Amino acid sequence: MTNIDPALLQEDMDGAEDLYREHILDHYRHPHHKGAVSACTHRAREANPLCGDEVDFFLRIGEDGRVREVGFEGHGCAISQAAISMLTDWVTGKNREEILSADEDLIQEMLGVRMSPTREKCAFLGLRALKKALTYTNPQINTPNTTNDTNSVHRK
Amino acid sequence: MNPEQIKKDFAIFRNRAAGGAGRPFVYLDSAASSQTPDAVVEAMTAYYQKYRANVHRGVYEASERATAAYESARADAARFIGAAGAQEIIFTRGTTEAINFLAIQLTRDLGPEDEVVLTEMEHHANLVPWQMASQRRKFVLRFIPALADGRLDPGAARRLIGNKTKIVSICHASNVLGTINPVREIADLAHAQGALVAVDAAQSVPHMPVRVADLGADFLAFGGHKMLGPTGIGVLWGRAALLETLDPLFYGGDMIREVTLEGATWNDVPWKFEAGTPPIAEAIGLGAAIQYLEKLGMEEVFRHERELAEYAADTLRGIPGVTLYGPRDPSDRVGVVAFNIEGIHPHDAASLLDRYGVAVRGGHHCAMPLMRRLGIKGAVRASFALYNTREDADHLAEAIRAAQKVFSRQ
Repeated sequence: MTNIDPALLQEDMDGAEDLYREHILDHYRHPHHKGAVSACTHRAREANPLCGDEVDFFLRIGEDGRVREVGFEGHGCAISQAAISMLTDWVTGKNREEILSADEDLIQEMLGVRMSPTREKCAFLGLRALKKALTYTNPQINTPNTTNDTNSVHRK
Repeated sequence: MNPEQIKKDFAIFRNRAAGGAGRPFVYLDSAASSQTPDAVVEAMTAYYQKYRANVHRGVYEASERATAAYESARADAARFIGAAGAQEIIFTRGTTEAINFLAIQLTRDLGPEDEVVLTEMEHHANLVPWQMASQRRKFVLRFIPALADGRLDPGAARRLIGNKTKIVSICHASNVLGTINPVREIADLAHAQGALVAVDAAQSVPHMPVRVADLGADFLAFGGHKMLGPTGIGVLWGRAALLETLDPLFYGGDMIREVTLEGATWNDVPWKFEAGTPPIAEAIGLGAAIQYLEKLGMEEVFRHERELAEYAADTLRGIPGVTLYGPRDPSDRVGVVAFNIEGIHPHDAASLLDRYGVAVRGGHHCAMPLMRRLGIKGAVRASFALYNTREDADHLAEAIRAAQKVFSRQ
């Protein structure tokens, strides 16, 4: 026997949509651009040590300096993977300046939901990996260990 | 032991009781940190409001009283774990600090020919300090493997502990799987080789009766905040004869006997190891927590938590899509239940459960090597303490089912 009022459960279940909105679950279940990019020009791995989210971000940047192809491998919580999936949609066709100027607000807008500082680390994982990828001009993997620098994405 | 009555001893349960559309406060993360009874808060407040003074130095009444309270807490800790005397109790900031101290001080004379044995299921606090010491001193680290059911491989300890072994450091109970390790057997193997035995008791002292002599330990560490005490206080126990041979790691006031410009001599054990003004209020709080637990009786606490965890585990086993980890037999574990929900990452699970007022931990639980051994990236952990009830376990099950509904929406 429990004390959870069934009405409360229903309301909370609907309220759970706050964080786990339809589009977030959709991106989590059917991520866009999943898979390595074989002819990638840039690549980086990032991990969130707090909860085991990992991402390997691949980019192929064309001669015009714009992202022609993007892909990612990795696993993790719904927030991190959904954010990465949405980011791969956004980054297609962007150039270096545009990518470097992307910040946490962009991710917040994409996800469309506010979350706690702890979950924010999950949400911003992909953006950190994306920016890191820009610093590598050949497709080598940087150290696969988790980074301790959780402040590498700055709000403008 | 009536957990509903016990909840009344904790203001937080009153303060966070559900009302109207509010969430209940189903706290199932005591393995991370426990709740604090009013008696402990009051003991600390009394120090701050009635006899606030430093310890060991003043001769005025308030200081004498503070000193008496601080040293009385030390005696409480000694009694609680069956130490030979209060002089074997060193107050630290917590379990992690105690283990760091051991890893530095016990390995000073080790070299490439020496080995230290740990296990695969250690919390990072009983792993990383030894790794760093091993890098500095060049001794070899060996690990007793964990089996799929969450127990240590019994034959492996015998194979790994040999004449090169100088130290064995092992957790008494696993913070992830709840496994209670056969510390005595392993300690006997270690002593037969002349090795020292250190025990990480962070998850055992708060939940079951612990007697250092029965364990065969030479050193043992635990923290206050997991056993109803405040944060910022822990205990390093060591056999008196061994403590006499150890050097202090931190220096300053209170740990000295005489100081000249050229040098200093040390105070007696254990004060030799307590430099500077200690966490006085916290030690007093720990003493109050110990007395609270002694009134209930640790056998009783142990029985209640294990039965509750078993009830919870049985309930969870009945939910399709839920996988449990750790020893199946409840007598082999403390009240920790680790599990995963298919299709839901532990962090998402913890977030969703939070919406129903259920506080659990999701992630790797500071035991990444154990996660790797289990073949998972992380897990959800529910831990049961003396104030938890069957209702709490039922809440957990309902919340899991609700979370599954959210994630199965098309």
